[in-house]
Amino acid sequence: MKFSLPKPSSEWDDQSIELIVGQLLRIGVLLSAAVVVLGGIIYLVRNGHVIADYTTFRGELSTLRNFDGIFHGVSLLSGRAIVQLGLLLLIATPVARVIFCALAFLIQRDYLYVIFTLIVLAVLTYSIAGPSLH
Amino acid sequence: MSVLLFTTLLAAGSFLAGFLGALTGLGGGVVIVPLLALVFHVDMRYAIGASLVSVIATSSGAAAAYVREGYSNMRIGMFLEIATTLGAIAGALIAAHVSTSTIAIVFGLVLLYSAYLSIRPQPPHPVDVKQDRLSRVLHLDGDFPTSDGLERYTVHRIPLGFGLMFGAGTLSGLLGIGSGAVKVLAMDQAMRIPFKVSTTTSNFMIGVTAAASAGVYLARGYIDPGIAMPVVLGAGAGSMLGAKVLVNARTKSLRMVFGAVIVVLGIEMIFNGFTGRL
Repeated sequence: MKFSLPKPSSEWDDQSIELIVGQLLRIGVLLSAAVVVLGGIIYLVRNGHVIADYTTFRGELSTLRNFDGIFHGVSLLSGRAIVQLGLLLLIATPVARVIFCALAFLIQRDYLYVIFTLIVLAVLTYSIAGPSLH
Repeated sequence: MSVLLFTTLLAAGSFLAGFLGALTGLGGGVVIVPLLALVFHVDMRYAIGASLVSVIATSSGAAAAYVREGYSNMRIGMFLEIATTLGAIAGALIAAHVSTSTIAIVFGLVLLYSAYLSIRPQPPHPVDVKQDRLSRVLHLDGDFPTSDGLERYTVHRIPLGFGLMFGAGTLSGLLGIGSGAVKVLAMDQAMRIPFKVSTTTSNFMIGVTAAASAGVYLARGYIDPGIAMPVVLGAGAGSMLGAKVLVNARTKSLRMVFGAVIVVLGIEMIFNGFTGRL
């Protein structure tokens, strides 16, 4: 069974929202890649000659595990901290997408999906903010 | 090996993984963990952390290309992300309590299963237009472009699909992969969503799912900038290039080759897991 539906004319139809979301993701990835490259260059210039050894797990230094530590490292221009900031931006990119979708569903008055989106956002917030608080 | 050489080799390997992953639709994540653990002798926990972050880059990078085609269904994606993100946190929490050998064995089994799916893809099912009440209540019905206009579809067996998605999220959080294969299986085979809609929507969901476990990994110190930097940049660039040439590529023989590589890696992961070397 086939239908040919008229093209929706609203500015906030699903198709245009998805296009904006696609652009948002691309910008987030490119921005975080730029930060990772910058930190990577600093890291390699300073540590490129050191012997790499990751055979045993030590866990990251506590300064690279939470927001405060990473921001402090960035202010000291530590290459590793700047890379970690870029990775944080990368992790934040899909979160930004979810926030944008919540607004889009709100404008569409699709309240069921506003609730679903807020549930996803709550789970993400728990993961990203929860464990690093203590 | 010096840090400079390690970074260069790892970036090159990740680029190849991202490129082949995008071309074959299997994602680069499935080979990045074995590459790090078996070839570079990196501890499994660092390998999983770096792979998981790279999955966000590859899926988000490819999303911009997919979205223009108009297949993905935002509502299906968002509804099922409730299941995948909860699963992802569960997986990341389990990862902290089981040995790396166990994770290696589970990883090997998932690799073998992915290879099986890639060598023997499921035949496409006809679009099922029989109405599903839950699908209508949840506004999941959609339409997708075909050569003769928009075709309507409805979503079936939603509770089963939701449960499978929780499982896909758990595997993603446990193993640091996108688990796109399980997501597509849930949507295409269980929920009877058209294949194109399943693959593009799955790609959208991978980034959000990975972000849910990435927070837990970061707090546990699994994400090392020295390893993640070349992996993220290499795999991200590789997958963007792969998504670009995808349209013209003849992927059948490539899938067979990549599938064979995955089988070998899977057997090695299981062997090293049982002998306690990983």
